[in-house]
Amino acid sequence: MKPGHGEVLIAEGDVELAEDEQRLVEEFRRQLDGGLWAAVPTLDAAGRRQAHMVKTFDDVPRDADRVIFFPRAAGGR
Amino acid sequence: MLLALVATALVAIALLSEELLPRIEEMWSRHRAGRQMAPVMPYDPGRERRAEARARSLLRSCVNEEEWAMYRDLGFIRVWGSQSDGPVDADSTGGAAYAYLIYPHRAIVAYLAQTHRLLNEYCVAFPDETRPYGSARLPDSDDVLAKWMALTGDEQRLISTANMHLPGRQLDPAKVKRDLWRLSQWERARMRDAAQRSPTSTPLDTSN
Repeated sequence: MKPGHGEVLIAEGDVELAEDEQRLVEEFRRQLDGGLWAAVPTLDAAGRRQAHMVKTFDDVPRDADRVIFFPRAAGGR
Repeated sequence: MLLALVATALVAIALLSEELLPRIEEMWSRHRAGRQMAPVMPYDPGRERRAEARARSLLRSCVNEEEWAMYRDLGFIRVWGSQSDGPVDADSTGGAAYAYLIYPHRAIVAYLAQTHRLLNEYCVAFPDETRPYGSARLPDSDDVLAKWMALTGDEQRLISTANMHLPGRQLDPAKVKRDLWRLSQWERARMRDAAQRSPTSTPLDTSN
């Protein structure tokens, strides 16, 4: 998510391919080092959608189809 | 006589030069700058609208169908609280069910589901300090999605990060209560529609 732009595709690839996975891991780290939070939309046991906050690439479910990065929350006024 | 006038003029110029030189230099640099092409980013009036359209599409793809319909029809999303004793830092709810209302670029409001008693306002923002497009504000629907993800993914962390206030600091409690009433009416209407569409529903007996 970017101000003034909305959704921006940062990287895509197949985690089953080593080269793609390495690229995705690097991009994941770069986004988190840049201060962003990462979340994966998931379905719970009851079939309801929710988000799963992830802090490392290993936290991302292997079958996740996307990870959404968004600015870190801060106390507002 | 002439010599005296020249000498006086030189003294006057010397005295004024301290005052005049900076002004002359400034005028010269302004003149030069005016002749150069300044890199101007043309204003695109549709950019914010396109960003919001993309954000709505992303929001719709992430939240539940009911939540999307709620946002589309009412302008906010309700997220149920998951802490057994109520939101962090708030008075204990005694185990009563509570929920949050998420508004775009407004505080998150916590309330008791049964009585509609407002608990607290949680002021939170998602500023992008890189300001890639001149503004730190996410599109409205991205702001809602960020709150939704943070609340459903890690409610405790988001609420701990937010600035907590009593109800009424940012949102008019009367408006929030009205929104809760609108939400209950909206839910009843949806349930009626769902019952009418359901193939198992039996038509009213009109034989009497």
